[in-house]
Amino acid sequence: MEIFGIPSQALFGQLLIGLINGSFYALLSLGLAVIFGLLNIINFSHGAQYMLGAFVAYLSLNKLGINYWVSLILTPLLVGATGVLIEKTMLKRLYKLDHLYGLLLTFGLALIIQGVFRHEFGSSGMPYPSPEVFQGVFNLGFMFLPKYRAWVIVVSLIVCLGTWFVIERTKLGAYLRAATENPSLVQAFGINVPRMVTLTYGFGVALAALAGVMAAPIYQVSPLMGADIIIVVFAVVVVGGMGSIMGAIVTGFGLGLIEGLTKVFYPEASNTVIFVIMTIVLLLKPAGLFGTQK
Amino acid sequence: MPMSNASPTVFKTQSFTHQWVAFAIMVLFFAIAPIWVYPIFLMKVMCFALFACAFNLLLGFGGLLSFGHAMFLGTAGYAAAHAAKVWGWNPEVAVLFATACSAGLALIAGSLAIRRQGIYFAMITLALSQMVYFFYLQTPFTGGEDGIQSVPRGKLFGIFDLSENTAMYMFVLAIFLSGFTLIWRIVHSPFGQILKAIRENQDRAVSLGYDTDHFKLLAFVISGALAGTAGATKALVFQLASLTDVHWSMSGEVVLMTLLGGLGTLFGPVVGAAIIVSMQNYLAQFGAWVTIIQGLIFVICVLAFRRGVIGEIAHWLKKPL
Repeated sequence: MEIFGIPSQALFGQLLIGLINGSFYALLSLGLAVIFGLLNIINFSHGAQYMLGAFVAYLSLNKLGINYWVSLILTPLLVGATGVLIEKTMLKRLYKLDHLYGLLLTFGLALIIQGVFRHEFGSSGMPYPSPEVFQGVFNLGFMFLPKYRAWVIVVSLIVCLGTWFVIERTKLGAYLRAATENPSLVQAFGINVPRMVTLTYGFGVALAALAGVMAAPIYQVSPLMGADIIIVVFAVVVVGGMGSIMGAIVTGFGLGLIEGLTKVFYPEASNTVIFVIMTIVLLLKPAGLFGTQK
Repeated sequence: MPMSNASPTVFKTQSFTHQWVAFAIMVLFFAIAPIWVYPIFLMKVMCFALFACAFNLLLGFGGLLSFGHAMFLGTAGYAAAHAAKVWGWNPEVAVLFATACSAGLALIAGSLAIRRQGIYFAMITLALSQMVYFFYLQTPFTGGEDGIQSVPRGKLFGIFDLSENTAMYMFVLAIFLSGFTLIWRIVHSPFGQILKAIRENQDRAVSLGYDTDHFKLLAFVISGALAGTAGATKALVFQLASLTDVHWSMSGEVVLMTLLGGLGTLFGPVVGAAIIVSMQNYLAQFGAWVTIIQGLIFVICVLAFRRGVIGEIAHWLKKPL
């Protein structure tokens, strides 16, 4: 069977890869958007924290025998706790300054984290086995879908939509959105805003670590796995605009799919297509697809 | 909130004699240092110093954080290497041509990036430079991972043979000092004052009737072009243009040099470049440690040392440097 002169196996295969990449773009840009919303900083170490998630899962499996399922819960908590520590000791001092200092600080942290892991483990990737339940494939008739990949897409969707629901539809989310608009007023109502800020950063970092654990069986675990993906995620964020949570999710999945399609029809451009789309969006709608210009 | 406000240093004096003194010391240093220090190393320092000064013009004086300045350094490197090696152009023409290429790229990238402000500006420039990186990785003329190797230094004006290190040193010194004085002049020009006004309060600059986008774009193009001059010179010094110069880590390094030396100071980027290049030279054998230490310097500078080396000295002397 062929579609537009492309074997359907190849087309669906690349679309699936696009969807998988899109799941990670969505999870990572969601975390960035949540952090940016309240802290007004861009978390440059997001990619390093994603890598940290994958490494914690890898090390706890190989050194302590902790399996994938426990890792899936434990790793985000652990890495999120380091995020809380970073916020408490460093980021907190920068809120009164230009927001660009937050970017520079987290860039420095990313260099340190990546440097330490590169020093210890070199640059080559290490495999992480997917859990036994998910070994094997679903036969969908028109293509084979590896079970683990289906799981990643489902979990990513659930986590993204769950976060959206909490922020947009619950009382906690309402406090969060209010604090984004006017922190001092919310504090005057007796809400502990500084603690909320700390926990929000921890939550965003935990999301990155969760993405890292889920990525470990798909991509190889390597110290530089977060370095390049974070730049793509920045472009995703510029395209979507950081104003809306749903925008980050939709743009993440959408651009992943477009990237997958580009691999089928014009492979040479697959590395750059997201940046090209970013350029076009900047020309047509500078505030981003879902954003509002401030 | 402008970045300079982090460490408000109010200078009473309006005379600039101390800047002339500092300039004389710098010129003297680069004139006699080759007696003791390996000239290639000094040329590398000067190339990065010019790169950092160009970057500082944008961030320190214009308040615009570009996280993609490596694209100008690398583009000019490839352009100069190609012009000198394949077309056989004289070095001065190759450098001028490469500078023009970077200026053109800066015009395109700048007109896109200034559509957004602050953090978005940084992310857009980073994404654009990553796009440029992938372009150079795939396009044939750059030689991919190998880069353009054994670029001839050629004869300056067809007369002076630059393959000799002393002649090359004079050439690099002349380029560096011209670039530096140009930036110095720009900072004190009416255009430089408007840039600072935009940095301090863009809305007020708009209300005073300035077309701020126009000034920001001009600053971006000048900064990109001078970064290009640095990249072209560097390619001739090392007779090599490679992907390293386009990679995002290079964009991070120039931010670090400027931050460490002193944001918004004239001489800070030169000092910062000297420190970082020396550090890389001495620590090269330790591999990943260079990255770790650079990260640590970033964190320390942001948390506790926002004025930078020269900024602290200027604060202590109560005179702008």
